Amino acid sequence: MRSGTRPTGMSRTANRVADVAEAPTTAIRRRLGTTELVYLALLGVMVGGAILVALQDKNLFSTANTVEMLSRSSLLGFIAIGQTLVILCRSLDLSVGYVVALSSLVAATTMDGDPARVPLAIAVTLLVAGGIGLANGLIISVLKVNPFITTLGMGLIIKGYLDTEYKGPAGAVPESFRQFGYSRIGFVPVSAAVMLLAAVAGILYLRKTRTGFHMYAVGGNAEVARMSGIRTGRVMVTAHVLCAMTAGVAGLLLAARFGTGSAEVYENGYELESIAAVVLGGTFLMGGRGGVAGTLAGVLILAELDTIFNILQVDPFFKDVLRGVIIIAAVAIYARRRLDVRASRARFGGDGGADGGPPPEPPPRHDDDPARPHQGGVR
Amino acid sequence: MGVASITEMTDTREHMMLRMRGIDKSFLGVQVLHGVDLDVRAGEVHALVGENGAGKSTLMKILAGVYQADGGRIELDGQDVAFEHPLQAQHAGVSTVFQEFNLLPDRTVAENVFLGREPRDRGLVDAGRMNAHTAELLQDLGLSWLAPQSPVRSLSVAGQQIVEIVKALSYDARIISMDEPTAALSDEEVELLYGLVQRLRERGVAILYVSHRLKEIFDLSDRVTILKDGHLVDTVDTAAITPDALVRKMVGRPITSFFPDKLPGTEAGDVRLQVRGGGNDQLDGIDLELRAGEITALAGLQGSGRTEVAHALFGVERFTRGEIRLHGRPVRIRSPRQAVRAGLALVTEDRKAQGLALNQSVLANARLVLDAVTPRRSARYARRVPGILSSLDLVARGYDQEVRFLSGGNQQKVVLAKWLATEPEVIVLDEPTRGIDVGAKERVYTLMRELAAQGVAMLMISSELPEVIGMADRIVVLSDGRIAGELPRGSTEEQVMALATGHDVDEVTSS
Repeated sequence: MRSGTRPTGMSRTANRVADVAEAPTTAIRRRLGTTELVYLALLGVMVGGAILVALQDKNLFSTANTVEMLSRSSLLGFIAIGQTLVILCRSLDLSVGYVVALSSLVAATTMDGDPARVPLAIAVTLLVAGGIGLANGLIISVLKVNPFITTLGMGLIIKGYLDTEYKGPAGAVPESFRQFGYSRIGFVPVSAAVMLLAAVAGILYLRKTRTGFHMYAVGGNAEVARMSGIRTGRVMVTAHVLCAMTAGVAGLLLAARFGTGSAEVYENGYELESIAAVVLGGTFLMGGRGGVAGTLAGVLILAELDTIFNILQVDPFFKDVLRGVIIIAAVAIYARRRLDVRASRARFGGDGGADGGPPPEPPPRHDDDPARPHQGGVR
Repeated sequence: MGVASITEMTDTREHMMLRMRGIDKSFLGVQVLHGVDLDVRAGEVHALVGENGAGKSTLMKILAGVYQADGGRIELDGQDVAFEHPLQAQHAGVSTVFQEFNLLPDRTVAENVFLGREPRDRGLVDAGRMNAHTAELLQDLGLSWLAPQSPVRSLSVAGQQIVEIVKALSYDARIISMDEPTAALSDEEVELLYGLVQRLRERGVAILYVSHRLKEIFDLSDRVTILKDGHLVDTVDTAAITPDALVRKMVGRPITSFFPDKLPGTEAGDVRLQVRGGGNDQLDGIDLELRAGEITALAGLQGSGRTEVAHALFGVERFTRGEIRLHGRPVRIRSPRQAVRAGLALVTEDRKAQGLALNQSVLANARLVLDAVTPRRSARYARRVPGILSSLDLVARGYDQEVRFLSGGNQQKVVLAKWLATEPEVIVLDEPTRGIDVGAKERVYTLMRELAAQGVAMLMISSELPEVIGMADRIVVLSDGRIAGELPRGSTEEQVMALATGHDVDEVTSS
């Protein structure tokens, strides 16, 4: 009918809308993705750190230092991988630090020095941790309690239990399982290798499974997800179970390192550090955007910084100040980049004229338009 | 896919696809639909019109399964249906494109289209097949320039709307209802949508089209159903009714002259606000003069920089080049707060996101700017607020009612009252009548005339050309972030479009 009479109009319109669609895509391609940016930052930290360390005649990449960095990263890595999943769903988990402590105790007391009980202990630990995640997830999705409150409360419950039941270290880890904490292949600690595998599994999970896809949907816009037939509650519960289970693995690792279970590790503040690593890795705290690859880089940056500060013998308090500054600065940069989506569509190059610089080039269509005496540069 | 089955139905044009009979619906004891009937044929574009509050949205949402009817029957292809969830409706072939987009901006086009139904291969999501499917759907609609892998965030409003429609089609939709699909589109994008609707019609898809824009109804629809206050007024062939008659049926009274004349004694005074060589990321070489008692319209296509000018004047995204003068004196406006203090007001384009605190009361919203910016004068000024609200014919249960329960028109009146309370000298109105009903529109227009008579300078941004032509004393046309030209009162829509699209500039500016 109409299409016969207005083919030119349609295609012109189509082209214009296509322009609108294409322009930012190419702009983004020219700009770095957030994940690439995080890895660049990691590289920057490594190079900068190496130079600072070299000034003291030391080598940041020596076997000892590399092993230390990777060992540091594995514990936080497990927790942060799980934390990524819940944050992607626009939730968060403040109970992970306590889950780590509880898991280390469950593991060590179940093993009780008997190598034969190691498989049982691993199963029980993951079950207990998963149960806590299940409770978190159900409270959030069924009772609709705010995740912050839910997991803060859950953390307090676990803390209370730990404080009354365990006055000191408890249980014993057999030598065979302690290998998980200490042995390494070349310069890569076994725990770091397992953590890297978990990270790869996390990346594939988010990119290749429906549940992974749906986590982005639930975090991006829960109502849209629901209207698309996604059972948002299940997705949320799954994320929380997986998050608590990775914290359980971190607890197992701690038990292997210490040789015993310890309640006091909850004082290390893993919940906030893992959130910091996730956010540093470019995952949007409000959900729907990000991924495990970025988190891994965030974890490595934090671990490398720790290693560098240790070698340079930076005052521990000043160390925290520096880490705080770095985390806030990183998130400020991401926030700017989000705002900059508009700027990436800028027609009139940046602030070129703000300080009386040369006027921007007019688009060719207006070259002969005399109606504009005040072009750029006027203040 | 189901595409073949859809085309087979083309020859059964007269086939009644949907029959809604005696639909009743009440909310909290207030009946909003009274036994409404609606018949939609296969392959027809059926417009649904009525003032805000007439029950159009409720009827659409019942069809979509968002709400359940209290009484009445819905028949789809002769089968009784009752949708308890939007998903049920969607699987039965009834899809709805709502005004608020139901898309995930950070995911790709394909991921959005297949959200919740991602194709799998051995348990894992098969992204290749998903993208190929989406590309196929897009190609069928002649939209192959849209890439399935582009993130939705990068698309224009029209692009996002297309994704919604493609998503509907991917469910083999036989009925697609669209709620004011053109509300946020530029004229050019509206053309694209027209083309799309045309293609859908040819495939035998029935379209239920809700719009406030009469022109679209007459351009597109085969039949039109008119609702008023929850009652069915009539269903007629569009060809058999005139726009005047349609408006009369909608409002129950004839609107003799839609755009009110200037009030006696209104005349252009001194230059209140002047911009010279204003520019930033989005704008360049902006020269503007707003005179007391004058309504200047700012026209242009979507994305031409209209809203950006408003934001620059108001200190939201300020000019980095050029200067702004108020009463001839240069001023620095670096924030909305400074703008308000300088006597400016900005009625924003998106009243829900930028104009109102939706969960606060009418009165709290109307006092918002006063309380925030001029707390010392606030108490004195605030006494005027109820008077302003009632002078705007605001319909609310009371001034303590939360504004989210008000109709779009009444919400807009609250926004206007909020600014009038500050007694501004310059008012920037960004799409002042978007998404509001005919009656409220008329009130906004009269208000603008009243303000002009009081000597207020106004800049009206609008994508509705009749409004621009009908209200403005001068029309400044933007194109690609620059001023393409200026037209006097009495110019035609064609002249504005010519400037806005950048064609035949010379012929027009010489007029």
